Amino acid sequence: MSAAPVNRIIPYSSVDGPGNRTVFFFQGCNFNCGYCHNPETIGLCSNCGACVSVCPTGAIRMEDGVVRYRREVCCGCDACLCACPRSASPKVDWMEPEEGIELLRQYRPFIRGVTVSGGECTLRRAFVIRLFEGAKEMGLHTLMDSNGNYDFSADEPLLRVCDGVMLDVKCVNAKAHRALTGRENDLVLKSLSFLASAGKLEEVRTVVVPDLLPNEDTVRRVCEKLSPHWRQGARIGYKLIRFRPLGVRANYRSVAVPDMQTMDALSRIALDAGCPRVLVV
Amino acid sequence: MSLQQEIYESTMRIATDTSLTHEQAMMNLSKIPGQFVYGFTPPEGYDRLLASGVLSDLGEGYAPICPRYLLPDYELFLEKGCRFLRIDPPKDLFEAIEALKMFYRHVPSITNFPVYLGRLDRLLQPFIRDEEQARYLIRHFLTFLDRTISDSYAHANIGPEATLAGEILLDCDYELQNATPSITLLYDPEITPDAFAARCARNDLACAKPSFANDRVYRQAYRVPYGVASCYNVLPVGGGAFTLARLNLKAAADQAKDIEDLLERVLPEAVRLNCAFMDAKIAFLIEKSLFFKANFLVQEGFLRLDRFTGMFGVVGLAECVNRLEALSGRADLRYGHSGEADALAHRVMRRLTELVNAYQSPYCAVSGGRFSLHAQVGLDTDIGVSSGARIPIGDEIALYEHLRHAGQFHPYFHSGVGDIFPFEVTAKKNPESLVDIVKGAFSVGMRYFSAYADDSDVIRITGYLVKKSDIEKLARGEAVQQDNVIWGLGEVRNSHILERKVRSL
Repeated sequence: MSAAPVNRIIPYSSVDGPGNRTVFFFQGCNFNCGYCHNPETIGLCSNCGACVSVCPTGAIRMEDGVVRYRREVCCGCDACLCACPRSASPKVDWMEPEEGIELLRQYRPFIRGVTVSGGECTLRRAFVIRLFEGAKEMGLHTLMDSNGNYDFSADEPLLRVCDGVMLDVKCVNAKAHRALTGRENDLVLKSLSFLASAGKLEEVRTVVVPDLLPNEDTVRRVCEKLSPHWRQGARIGYKLIRFRPLGVRANYRSVAVPDMQTMDALSRIALDAGCPRVLVV
Repeated sequence: MSLQQEIYESTMRIATDTSLTHEQAMMNLSKIPGQFVYGFTPPEGYDRLLASGVLSDLGEGYAPICPRYLLPDYELFLEKGCRFLRIDPPKDLFEAIEALKMFYRHVPSITNFPVYLGRLDRLLQPFIRDEEQARYLIRHFLTFLDRTISDSYAHANIGPEATLAGEILLDCDYELQNATPSITLLYDPEITPDAFAARCARNDLACAKPSFANDRVYRQAYRVPYGVASCYNVLPVGGGAFTLARLNLKAAADQAKDIEDLLERVLPEAVRLNCAFMDAKIAFLIEKSLFFKANFLVQEGFLRLDRFTGMFGVVGLAECVNRLEALSGRADLRYGHSGEADALAHRVMRRLTELVNAYQSPYCAVSGGRFSLHAQVGLDTDIGVSSGARIPIGDEIALYEHLRHAGQFHPYFHSGVGDIFPFEVTAKKNPESLVDIVKGAFSVGMRYFSAYADDSDVIRITGYLVKKSDIEKLARGEAVQQDNVIWGLGEVRNSHILERKVRSL
């Protein structure tokens, strides 16, 4: 089955790839990053019902053991998200790819592409392939925004319909990566090399967190891998994202935002390595 | 009040107003006689509809000394020079810019400033030999225009081709952040390179211009080339508009018992009187007034009588439809939100088009002997009346639906229409995204698209540009150089311009 849990669809976005794009955000991630800006997208609902009693408008109800959500009654207070013990959300629509394709058809005149994001989009492979096939028939550009914990080299059908991946490389140092995400990063690093060689790497993204992560080491080692591709004219971008304590879990709320000096220095490393597009956001 | 007393009070109000510059005071004074002296006679019954607000003469007065909008043929001027002003054809960029500066000073309009500055990129490109020098001269040229043409109805056109002159104009404007001149890109995605369109979008998000005009549609507008003048008025180059007189559809709906009454009684009478009023004024302009008989712009062929039309302005379609639905007991059906309300809006617009087209004016050969429908942007004194066919501020719908909606209604307005969208600053990093939206908007029928970023100082009010910082200054009672700020302040107070829905992109 190819239905997927969709947390949110943004009809127009200028920050998820080239031009104006429609973005699908899936629910569910296989990483559990301490600094996640949308921690409520990590888990999947287990129908425990913890959110039902805290909902002030009755938008969430338990029906036959299943949590049901009615958008039209929701006041958007997010009390349900705070009450959820699994970093999940009851406000998720299970959607068939055909429904997504129909939306793209409506938006087609105004967009040049579609981006799937998360949560983690590779967990929704079947949905993504079908959605992208439909998008390709409309002449749309297709991008995945992924944490890279996926063996892209073994998935030719996916790569055939995917024009590029925007890859999060959170940390190259294995120990620090494990501490941040709860997972190993060997697949992420394999994805970095493989996608770059396959011409499917749109950009790399690293969130810069002062003190807690070896930011400079990550940027240097990513650049070492990409430098040969850049020297051969690859247009792979490097987006350096300033950590901001917005939407993060309690233990990260007091972490400092990196200053512009730090960001400029990191950006200089990428430029010196030959990166044609460095973006600090 | 006696006539003498009225004139005394109007004059003293201006003579003692410390928030006016000398130029503004002088121009306001010059409008007074035209309110009392009748050079032509309005048709019988016109006064009644004027008093009820169904019709408006838009302050043109009753003894006009020139047409409302002039679009001189500047290419002809640069090619052959001007005898009256003793200007020879320019030989280099410096001379071309000096020639235009002198010439603009003598191009009048309803605002006493030129409302059309020509296709500046095409005018200047042939003279550019050295890029660095061109940047220096064009930068100062733009500053000169802003400081001497104190009116952002002054409108330059660029495109659809990308040129170095166009790039320089955009780069200088981006840097200078002036409100004047307004700029429109005549945009055809088949001709305009994406990178040039993106440069325009970058500027939109920094200083609210250029707007995008649907060149593929508009170049068929007349049998002669068109230009975009004043707010977004699409008019023949080498001519323009004699006059603009408007119908307020909301006020018309207020006079009607029901839908049929509006379509079959109120509108036919209002259209007949508005058209007859325009013809009476045009007859005065042509037969009695000085301009067409003696002005050098006409005598030397920069303007031609057979390239003028009359504009039939329309405001308040949204409020008209909402009022009619309420009269039918269906107040929940709102323009832009309900397919039925929109269907009614089409019915009103089709009837209006039919009525306006049925009226033959002897003076408008360039537009097929008909007056040309125009989505008027409104007046600063209007309250609760939206520009043309726009969805009211505060009642906006989701972006793509809004664009499709505008695309349905823009084609009714032959001589100009447009919608304005403020965007969040995030779009600045990706101006191409704005270009994608414009391409989509044009593909679903839109004719004219304006954008600005919500943090900009220069913003678009209804069709013209002002600096928010100038509005604040004027609100404190201090004089500001640009006259549009006065109207801008009125619009901010009466029409909630600063409360437009900001689109995140």
